[in-house]
Parts: sequence; structure tokens; C-alpha cells
Amino acid sequence: MTQPTTRPGLDPAPTVAARPALEARGVSKRYGMRWALREASLSVARGELVGVIGPNGAGKTTLLSILAGETRADAGEVSLLPREIGWVPQQPALYGRLTVAENLRFFARLERTPDVDGAVARMLAQAGLEDRANDRVEALSGGNRQRVNVAIGLLSSPEVLLLDEPSTALDPRQRERLWEFLRGLVERGTAIVYSTHNVQEAELHADRVLVLADGEVVHTGSPRDLEQAVGTSGVGFEAAFVEFLCRRGH
Amino acid sequence: MRWLFLKDLQILRRSPLLVGLLVGYPIVVALLIGLALTRGPERPRVAIYNQVSQSDRTLNLGGESVDTSKYARQLYQSVDPVRVQSRDEALELVRGGEVLGALIIPPDITTKLQTGLEPATVEVLYNADDPVKAQIVQDTIKSQVQDANAALTRRFTDVALGYLRLIVAGGDFSFLGRQFHVLGLGPAERLLRGTQAELPATSSARRDVQQVIDFAQLARENLDLSDEVLASVSQPIHVDAHVVRGARSATLSSFAVALAVTVSLMFVTLLLAAGILALEREENAFRRLVRGLVSRTGLLAEKVGLAAACSLLVALLMLAGLALFVGLDPARAPLWALAASAGALAFAAMGAAIGALTRDVRAASLLAFMVSLPIAFLALVPSGTVAAGLYEGTRAVSALFPFAPSLAALRAALDGSGALLGPLAHLLVLTLVLGGAARLGLRRFG
Repeated sequence: MTQPTTRPGLDPAPTVAARPALEARGVSKRYGMRWALREASLSVARGELVGVIGPNGAGKTTLLSILAGETRADAGEVSLLPREIGWVPQQPALYGRLTVAENLRFFARLERTPDVDGAVARMLAQAGLEDRANDRVEALSGGNRQRVNVAIGLLSSPEVLLLDEPSTALDPRQRERLWEFLRGLVERGTAIVYSTHNVQEAELHADRVLVLADGEVVHTGSPRDLEQAVGTSGVGFEAAFVEFLCRRGH
Repeated sequence: MRWLFLKDLQILRRSPLLVGLLVGYPIVVALLIGLALTRGPERPRVAIYNQVSQSDRTLNLGGESVDTSKYARQLYQSVDPVRVQSRDEALELVRGGEVLGALIIPPDITTKLQTGLEPATVEVLYNADDPVKAQIVQDTIKSQVQDANAALTRRFTDVALGYLRLIVAGGDFSFLGRQFHVLGLGPAERLLRGTQAELPATSSARRDVQQVIDFAQLARENLDLSDEVLASVSQPIHVDAHVVRGARSATLSSFAVALAVTVSLMFVTLLLAAGILALEREENAFRRLVRGLVSRTGLLAEKVGLAAACSLLVALLMLAGLALFVGLDPARAPLWALAASAGALAFAAMGAAIGALTRDVRAASLLAFMVSLPIAFLALVPSGTVAAGLYEGTRAVSALFPFAPSLAALRAALDGSGALLGPLAHLLVLTLVLGGAARLGLRRFG
């Protein structure tokens, strides 16, 4: 077996488009004495779907929340301002006592969207929730709440969408519908970066994976690249991923 | 900011239980206080066994008759009297708990008062099962007996003064139906001077007469002072009251109103401000909002403003309701609004600080409730009830929270008891300090 050839902390230039939609360089974050993220760099092209994977505590949520501007990094830089990025946190950030349309309208107004009603109608249609527009969010299923959560992240028509564990708590059918929806966005040119602890999901729904371990980027490339790097072709991506981490002592 | 404000109002509108509590609670408090203020204290139920016959209820003091039933009526007005026909019946009622106490008036009370040879005595029986009620009975009867004693002493003094004036100036008086003439010290002195003038210059009797004249003069002059002396004896202690702190215009009812409004203002504002801020965290919306959509300070200002506005409305409605029960001066309404606004802002800043410490609405509400009660109690500790050092300590701690200055501001606004500017400035400082604490709390919020 051979050692992976990719260099930690370095994200090769994207192949989908020349100009990156989002770039982050040398991003670090410490909580007390512990490094949650160390010198992480990332570059995402328009229309690219990037999955961030890694064991629990690897720094996936920290990386995404820094990219989203929700958490302040101790070092490093991100190419876009928080307002320019769509952000979908892991827990739906919605007001349960407001309806779906009211939630969308409220955030659209705060985003200073030029045509609030048009944006709300567009998001309801995209999320397939037109018939639930006047239902209170507290009455929705977990899957539908997540769709509203994603729709709010897309209200300002961002070029980049970040999603933290978007399929957690969704049943397989809801998960499939979510990925269909996200695939549609990617086809329209939106760059999407999401984190997941589900390696098979990353294999299925990522053009490229970024592997984090102990706060460091230890691999970036397509799922096939990882399998080839480990030299376990044919045993499946999940087994290759586990083997990869084992060899690196994680 | 406007959209945040409208969103929170919309959420409040859809929380009928919360809004019902926030509106209903002050209304209930206002009604209870209003009823308490208009109804007055409950009169104790007391059995009365009056053994004095109707014909013996008049005293004759120095030829003047005094109706003792007047003093009995005063007592009956301060209790709920139950007339009984025997001491045993009175005792039975007290034992059975049907009355709190019994007053037994002996048949010889007017005779004893008339002769003054021995003091007249009334008997009081009471049930001590409930020490508070027993104390009420004792205090009520004691107070009325003291009033009667004082009134009778004044009458005795007047009679004694009449006799003294008779001795000094002379005149007629009747005793046991017979008329007597008293010469008096003044006329006696004049008579003696005339007699002395008629005596020969060498008479040895002139010196003796002179001694009697000197005695009469001395006695008359000193007895002239007896009016003041007897007046002092009849009322040895006068009360000369001066207001040291607060204002003479302060009334019990306006204090009760200020207290009720402050308590309601505190609960409504603290619970609302803490709750609506904690809701942002509970709904996971806070981090989404502050990543460029709203600043943390803006969010805080909106919560403080909303909570203060809602509670101010409730406080003004409450004041308007209480004004139906007690005499509040409507011309001072702008001052009420000013005091209530300052209090509401300080409480809202404190509520926001509590909300910034908690993760959900329930925890925020519980913490707000737990914090508010001790603050109110501390501010209400009266001077003189605890050691001086401890009292100063409670005042210092109270000054750190908005309850005491809000109460002072509202009292000043309602009836002018104390200056308004001091408490307003205090509340402004607390708003800034507590608002700063809430802002610090938001740094780790999310």
C-alpha cells in the first residue's frame, strides 16, 4: 500500500472553472489550547459541489462557520464577505411561530432583497413548498423545515452556498429530494460546499471531497482520487477513507 | 430593525398564553390593590356585654353632665359588635371562635368615674389561637379605651380648673343641690387691705394682717399659673412631627399604586426582554441574524425597545385603571409616563442581560423570576427594621438594580414625594450599565 500523495493543508486549483467562486487561505481557529482548525485552505469553483468529510471533531463545522462569517477565525482570510455567501446551518434557523412565507419574507427583507415577494415566491417554488406557504414552521416535518432552511440560505441568490450537515435528521426520501434540489442549483452555477459525516453521501454527491482530521486538511480531490491514493480500489470509498485515516494515525 | 420589531410583535401575537399572562397579571394586581385600598381594613368581630343601665350612662362632673355612651359608640364603630346579655354568653362566643374577643363593661363604671375614688375597669376576653387577630383585638380596644381616658381626663381637668378659678376670683357654686358663695383669694386680699388701712398705725395687728395679705397675693398669683400646669397634666406628651425623608404629600394609596406598578413593570419587562432575546438562540436564528444582517448591538436595542414599549403600555393602562379606585392627579400623567419609561428601559436592559445568559426561553423566564423577587424584597426593607450596617448593605445592593429607583421615580411622579430627577438619572445609568452587560453576554451568545 502506498501513502497518499496529496499534501496536507493545500487545496489544488479547481478544474471546473478558472476563477474560484470562494477561496480561503490559512484559516486557523483555536479554542483554548486546542486547535479546532489549523492552516486550512480551500478553493471552490462556480458550479462545483464540494463535500467536507472527516471524523467527529475534525473541524468540519468550524471550517464552514468561519467561511460563513458566523465564527471569527484567529488567522487566515476568506475571499467573500458573509453577506455574499448563502449559509444553511445544521439546525434549522427558523421561527416556529411564523409561517413558511413569513420566515422567507422576514429574512428577504433583512437581506434587502429588491423584490421581496418575488424572491419568496421563487424560493417557495424551488423548495416545492408552495402549498405549505401559510403553514407555521413548527407544524412542518424535519425534512420540510430543512428545505425552508436551505431556501433562506438562497434568498439573496448567492454564488456560493454553504451547508452544515444538511441531510442529518432527514429520511432517505427527503434526503434524495434535497440532493435533487442542490444538484439543480449546481447546474445553474452555484458553488456548494457542505459538510457531512456520511462518507457514502459524499461519494455520491460531491465532485470533490475535502478530508479534515484534527483540524487539518489532509486530502482534497475526487472520491476516486482518494481510493487511488490509498490503493484500495474496488473495496469502496468508505473503506478507503477509513484506511486513509488509519494510515495517517487518526 | 423595523422588520425585527414587527417579527417579534407577530410572534407575541401568536403566543396568546404569554400575552394573556403579561396583560392579565397587571390587571389582576391593579384590581386587588384597588379593592384593598377602597375597602379598608377588616373590623374585628367583638362581643359586647354592657352592664351599665341606660339611666346611669351620664356622669355629672362639676355640675356638667357627660354622656359616656358617646365613647362607647366610638368603640363600636371600630369593631363589628355582637351584643350579648351575659358574661358567660360572651365567653362562650370567644371560646367557640364566633368572635375574636369580648368586652365586659361593669355596671358601676360611671359611679367609679364620678367619685374618682378608685379607677373604673373594663374586662377584655380574647382568643389567642391566632396571635395576629388577638393583637388586632387588643390594639383596637386599648386604643379606644385610651381615647376615652384622654377625653375624660380633659373633662376632669376642666372641672378642676373651674374650682381653682373659683378659689382665685371667688363666686357661686352648687353642691348637692345647695348654692354656696366663695369669697376668693383676690376679693379676700382687697378686703384685708381695706381693713389694714383702717387699723391705727401703731397697731400690732397691721403686721399680722399684712402677712395674710402676702399669703393671699402669693396664692392668687401662683394659682393663676395652674391653667397651663393642668393643661400639661391632661396631655403630658404632644406630638410634633417633622418629615425628614420623603414628602408630606406622600400617601399610603399612592405608595401602594407605585409599588403595584413597579412590581408589574418589573415582571412584564424582565420576562419579555429575557424571553424574546433567548428565543433567538432557542430558534437558532441568532447566528444567522448577526452574520451581516443585523448587528449585535442593533438586535439588543430592538429587544430592549420592544420590551420597554410593551411594558410601558401595560403600566400606563394599569395606572389608568388604578386611578378609578384612588385619587391620582391626571395632570401628572406626563410624569407617570416619564418615570415608567425610565423604569421600563432599565428593567428591559436587565432582562436582556438575563436573556443573554440563557439558552432558551424557559430558562430565561425562570432566571428572570428568581432574580426579580429578591431584588424587590431588598428594596422594600424599611429603615430601622434591621441593623444599620445591614440596612446600608441592602440599600447598596438595591441601587445596583432598577427596582428601588423605579419605585422612587413612580412615587415622585404620582404624588411629588421626593425629587424625580435623581431616580431618573439613576435609571439612565443602570440602563447603560445593564445594557453593556447584556452586550458583553451576546459575545458568547449563539
